[in-house]
Order: sequence, then structure tokens, then C-alpha cells
Amino acid sequence: MYKRSVSYPCILWSAAFIIIPLLFIFYYGLTDRTGAFTLSNLAAIATAENSKALILSLGLSLLSTAICLLLAYPLALILSGSKIGRSGFIIFLFVLPMWMNFLLRTLAWVVLLDTNGVLDTLCKLSGLPRFKIINTPAAIVFGMVYDFLPFMILPIYNVISKIDINVVNAARDLGANSFQTLYKVIFPLSLPGVISGITMVFVPSLTTFVISTLLGGGKILLIGNVIEQEFMKGTSWHVGSGLSLVLMLFIIVSMALSTKYDNGEGNVL
Amino acid sequence: MKRKVLLVCGCLTAAVLFTGCGGSSAGENGEVNVYNWGEYIDEDVIGMFEEETGIKVNYKTFDTNEDMYPIIANGAADWDVVCPSEYMIQKMMDNDLLMEINYDNIPNISNIDPAYMDTVKSFDPDAKHSVPYLWGTVGILYNKTMVDEPITGWDCLWDEKYADNIVMMNNPRDVFAPALISCGYSLNSTDDQELSEAAALLTRQKPLVLKYTTDEVRDMMIGEKAAIGVIYSGEATICKDENENLEYVVPEEGSNVWLDCWVIPTTCKNKENAEKWIDFLCRPDIALKNFEYIYYSTPNAAMLDLIEDQELLNNDALFPDTSVLSRCETYHYLGEDVEEKYNNLWKQVLSE
Amino acid sequence: MSKWLKRFYLFVIMVFLYAPIVTLMILSFNESRTSVKWGGFSLKWYQQLFESRTILAALGNTLLIALLSAVLATLLGTSAAIAISHMKKRKQSFCMSIVNIPMLNAEIVTGIAFMLLFITLGDLLAFFGIHFEMGFGTVLIGHITFNLPYVVLSVMPKLKQFNLSMYEAALDLGAGEGQAFFRIVLPDIMPGVLSGFLLSFTMSLDDFVITHFVKGLGADTLSTLIYSELRKGIKPEMYALSTIMFLAVFLVLLAVNLKPQGGVKNTN
Repeated sequence: MYKRSVSYPCILWSAAFIIIPLLFIFYYGLTDRTGAFTLSNLAAIATAENSKALILSLGLSLLSTAICLLLAYPLALILSGSKIGRSGFIIFLFVLPMWMNFLLRTLAWVVLLDTNGVLDTLCKLSGLPRFKIINTPAAIVFGMVYDFLPFMILPIYNVISKIDINVVNAARDLGANSFQTLYKVIFPLSLPGVISGITMVFVPSLTTFVISTLLGGGKILLIGNVIEQEFMKGTSWHVGSGLSLVLMLFIIVSMALSTKYDNGEGNVL
Repeated sequence: MKRKVLLVCGCLTAAVLFTGCGGSSAGENGEVNVYNWGEYIDEDVIGMFEEETGIKVNYKTFDTNEDMYPIIANGAADWDVVCPSEYMIQKMMDNDLLMEINYDNIPNISNIDPAYMDTVKSFDPDAKHSVPYLWGTVGILYNKTMVDEPITGWDCLWDEKYADNIVMMNNPRDVFAPALISCGYSLNSTDDQELSEAAALLTRQKPLVLKYTTDEVRDMMIGEKAAIGVIYSGEATICKDENENLEYVVPEEGSNVWLDCWVIPTTCKNKENAEKWIDFLCRPDIALKNFEYIYYSTPNAAMLDLIEDQELLNNDALFPDTSVLSRCETYHYLGEDVEEKYNNLWKQVLSE
Repeated sequence: MSKWLKRFYLFVIMVFLYAPIVTLMILSFNESRTSVKWGGFSLKWYQQLFESRTILAALGNTLLIALLSAVLATLLGTSAAIAISHMKKRKQSFCMSIVNIPMLNAEIVTGIAFMLLFITLGDLLAFFGIHFEMGFGTVLIGHITFNLPYVVLSVMPKLKQFNLSMYEAALDLGAGEGQAFFRIVLPDIMPGVLSGFLLSFTMSLDDFVITHFVKGLGADTLSTLIYSELRKGIKPEMYALSTIMFLAVFLVLLAVNLKPQGGVKNTN
């Protein structure tokens, strides 16, 4: 069934549309307007405003990754232990929101989080403190958690639901309480899923420009916004590519981490 | 079996090619690719043009001059006719991106008030590239029920009591203009010292600002989400129609007056159709239809005679008297280096 | 954890995930044009939706691109998965990491890389007198590329489970190579192929960032149309459209999932 020729179309395609475009980024990132070699585009990350944007992006994406993990892990545990969890139904529930356009879904949070919006009004009516997070970094973290939570839940759920129940039972028989079982048995076994989930949430949060545009009120500049503006407002493709290269460093680190721990089980699929 | 697979692939490729061609089916007299500001035309006018001339219009919009420029400059798409503001026209001419217009093909240009053609000469010295479309001012729209005293100047934008009630525009020139004017400088300043003073002022203002946005100002002001918004005059008129608590003022310290013109970029493939398009929009009845939809001031003198509604003619936002205009300034193109200075300072403000 | 607490937690997360969707559905019935206030129940946006040239054109583009890119990515990805599964370990992991790049890399970087490629290509072709600009075709190429890894990853596990001696047996019994593939191998890996296809379709439908960079000015999809409407306020017709699409998919997926064993199960 295997003929060498079946691999040709895909090799060709990957070369033309995966490798070559990346080479273009390297080319633009390492040259100036005249085409001469330069490192100044990479150094552009060190300017006050760009480094602030990068640090803010790193902070917000780490925070939202942590929140996603904290929310998703118990959920994955619950799902893997319940009946609905075992059918394909649960995947369905988490993939389904993707069929509503992601820009619109994020925008809906503007309506919900706005001053005098739905949540604020609820707080006001019930006498709770007022709710003012729209156009702040908190709103952006909120949006990131919302948009990327399914990418944390699914890999963890996939791994946990495949843990051999006998291993867990053995631990219990040997006298571990449920916390010990979780901490010493289930968690280490679920690590590939956790790592995979972390990269699946961290990379898109780090590089987003859409969520900050939608929920930040134009007041918050993430590194994604800086790069997008370099390209779309026509300031400089060279600087934009240089900054993308810097960004790719972070992505490569998280990719390396995930391949190190990934035994093929942790994928979302 | 292999043949079947090939067949399927072939069909799919054909489908792609077919739809690719299907998308660009031209009208009987060809087509014209129009690139205009968002919400800057009565869309019925496009249909009328198509019907009258048999030319298919491919119409797309941009949000700011700065968004439009790289698209024309990089040749990302071939536009036949574009509508930038004066300083951007200057920049496009400096970079050889514009063609000369054949005014013989635009007989309706006689409807344009010659005074505006003089203004054109300030950025297009031979007046060979531009046909004025609409003009207006930048000013402050405020909600009478949400402010304590009538607004007259820019200083309200730095007033702490309006914290979280101020909406600013979202492009470097329009953000810096109020700050520069407040410092007593020209909105075309190129001086480092003056610009960093303005940037400092903007940084101080940032905590008070609810949102930086250009087109959303309208909805936010109508919805009473903010008390004060910096806005273009035409948008202001629409807002006042929708919400009677709103009032528009051109600040006493001065402001920006702008003139948007139709130009033909060098990427143009349908020059005659582009000129027909421009001519069509200069026709008094079409200009009036447009005017009644978007409410920007028009340089079309012949159209003014067609206006029946006296109240419109007395509208200060639409037809500001000369004392207002005398304190306003147009933007000039300041060169690539200064442009970068503005961009960088604006980025600094945002990253604070 | 008590059962009640578990249920409650599940419920809270579901509310979190579905609150914006319910919000959009409610807004689609809002008589008033702005999302700021409720102007009474109305179906007028549903009616106006079908009269809006721009929205319907964008919908057409979106569906066509999603379908074509999913089909082509499935063909390309499945053949790649077959080839890769026969490689030696090191070559295999090298190929996998190349194919995976678009999935693991930041969308903005992928998008920019495509833009640089296509614009340079356009300049190059213009030099030879060939006209090329970004539009439908470039969006399609972009979508096929970022769909590839999803297909490969869906098909791969099924191929690994496949018992090669079945295929050899078919050959021994006189089947041609093609026949053996389509009769024996393909039915076995079909669930993986299908789920790769569905996943591709969904990803393509939901993509904004890559389309944003490669659409040129011709091909607006729903995502890019929404983004350009952002600053002027989203037209409520858009809420109506997404409500219809969401409900349609919901019903289809519900039917598929409730039918025992009939559904396209997830690959793992």
C-alpha cells in the first residue's frame, strides 16, 4: 500500500507553504530596507514600548494559562469519572461553541462585561460591588480564558480518561487516600495532557491581537498588536518580521517542551 | 482507481478556478474598483451608477488613511479609484502612487466650488490628481446631560471628573492634534520637544479615556456610554439626529479641517471607468443623495442650490461659519521620519 | 467531591462557555440596532439578512473555502499520513514536526509568513507579465495548510492500529493495490479521515487571523467581514446568521451523537 509517490504532494506542499513562508520571515527579519543584513529588527524588541508589550503579553498569557489549568483539571477529572464524559457527547459540547464565530463570541463578552452591561447590572441589583473590568487587562485575561479553555480541557480529559482504572484501584488498595492517589498517580500520568494543554493555551494567548483589540478598548498594546500594526499600518515589515522572530523563540521553547513530554496521547484530537 | 482520484482532484481544481473567475464577472461595460472610507456613501448610489453606466462596481472600504496606504503602496490589490485625505494624497504623490486625472472626462467638476480647487493646490500643487469629495472638521461631541457646563475647548479631555467618560480617536494624527493644540502648538508640529510634550499630555490623559476608537464613537455617544467624544463633523450630525442630548463644538483653540478627494492610483486598470465614477459623484443630484445620507460638508456648490431644508443649511456642524474655519488647520504630510516619530510616540503612550 | 458539587461545577463551566452564545442569540431578536438597549422582540434582522449582498457573499466564501480546504487537506493529509507511517522513526518525527508547524506556530506568524510569500510571488509574477493578487485562492492555500496537521493527526492513530497483514492478505488473494487500499485500508481508517475532515472544516470556518493577512481585498469571509464591521458596530444581521448556523450545526451534531455508534467519534 505504500508507494513513495504518495508522499510527494504533501512534501511539495509543505515545502512551498510551510517552509518557504517561514524563510521569508527570516529574510525580512534579518535585513533592512536596502536588503543589507542587520540585527536591528531583532533589537527592536528592546525599545521601551515593545519590551513593555512583550512583558505584558507574557504576564497575561501565563496568568490565563494558569487559570485555564486550574479550571480545566478538575473538570477533566469530573468528566472522566462520569457517564456523559465517556460518550463522545462531551467533546461535542466543547467543540460546539466553535461553530459560532469566535470574533462574535468574544464580542458578546463586551455586552456582558460592559459598565452597565449584563453582569454589572446584576451586581448592582444584588448589591455586590460594581463590575468594572472592560477595557482593562483583566478583561483580556477573561477573553483568553474563555477562548482557549477548551484547548486545555480536551487534552487533559483525553489522557485522564485513558488511565488504566486498575492502576488507580491498586493505589487505593495499597492504602493511598484519594488526595494521594490524585497527586501521586493520576497527576503524573496525566502530565502529557497537561503539557499539551499548556502549549495549546499559552501560544495563542501570547500572540493574540484580536482579543486585546476587542476587549481592551484600544488602550492595551500586546506584542501581537505591535506586530499586526507593523504590517497592516505599513510601518515596517522588517521590524514586524524581526519581532515575529523573537516571538517564535518563545513558541519554539514551548514546542520543545511539549514534544519532550508528548507521547502522542496528549493531542487535542 | 488512481484515475478516479485524479479525476476528483481535477474537478476540485476546476471548481476553484471556476469560482475564482465567477467572482470577478464584469458588467457589460467593464468594472471599476472603488476603495472608500467606511460609511462614506449612500450605497444606493452604487446601484444607480451600475444601472446607468453598465459598469460593475467592486466596492470596499477602509477605516483610516493609514490602513489604506500600505494596501495601495504594496499593490496588494488593484484599485481604480480611492478617496484619501489631503495629507495622505500628498504622501501618495511623493511616492509616485497617483496618476494624473483627465478632467475632460469629468465635466461635472464645474459644480465644485473653485475655492476648494484652490485648497487642493495646497497639497496637489498643479491640481492634476484630485477631485474634492467631502470635507469636515474634527471637534468634540458631548452629552449635555452628562457634563456640568457647556464644552468650549479641548481642556475637558483632561478633566478628571470625566474619567471613563471620554472617547478618543484611534490614529496617531487625530490623537495628537488635540494634545498639540492644547500645548499651543501646530497640529503639523515636527519638533521633538513639542511632540514629546504632547505625548506626555496624552499619557496623563490615558487613565481617563474609556476607549480609543475611530468609528465606534458614534454608537457610544448615541448609546450614552460616554459623555465626551472626539469625532468628525458628519458623524456628529448623525449622532445629534439620533440623540437630542448631544451637541457638537469645534474647540475655540482651533482644530483640524480636512478635505477628502478622489484620486486614481497608478495600479488603476480601468481609468475611464474611474473617471466616470468620479464624474457621477460630482453630479448635483447624486451629491445631494449622498449628502442626505452621510451629512458631511460638500464642496459641490451646485448641490447646495438643491437643498430644500433650510434647517440643514443653518447647521453649524455642516456649514461652519468662517470664524470657525479660520482657526482650523489642515494636516500636512510630514515625511516618513516624522510619521514614524508620531507612530512611536503613540505606541509609547499606549504601552504606558 | 460530592456528586452535587461536581454537577454544579460542570454547570458553571457550561454557563461560562455558552453565555456569550445565548447573548448573541438574544441580540439577534433585538429590534434595536445597537446592542446597548433592548428594543423589543423582532425578526426583522432575519429578514434583512437574506437581502444583504455583502453578508451572503461572505457566507458563500466562508462555506466554499471551508469545504474545499477540508476536502483538499483531507486528501493531502491522508496520503501524507500513509507515507509518514511507513517511514523510519527519525524521518517520521522530522516529517511530523514539519507538518505540525502551522498548528503549533502562532497564527499571526503563519499569517504574516503567507502574506510575505504571496506579495513577493505577486511581484515576481508581475515581472513575467502574469497578474497575481491575494484573494480567494490565497485564502484557500492558507486554510489547506493549517488544516493539514489536524488531518494527519486524526488519521495517524488509525493507521497505527491497522493490521498490515490484512492488506497483504488482500494482495495475496489477488486484489490490485488500489483495490486493496480502497476496499481494506480505507474503510478501516475512515473514522480518522472523517474526523480530520470535520475538524478541518470547523477550523477553517472559525479562522480569522490567517485569513486577515492573506485575503487581499477580494475575499472576505464572515470573520474578516465581522472584523471590518467592528469599528462601525456589528450589523445585527450577523447575529441572526450565526444563530441560524449554530442551531443548524447543533441539530446535526446532536442527531449524529445521539445515534448509537453511528457518529464520527473522536480519534483517540
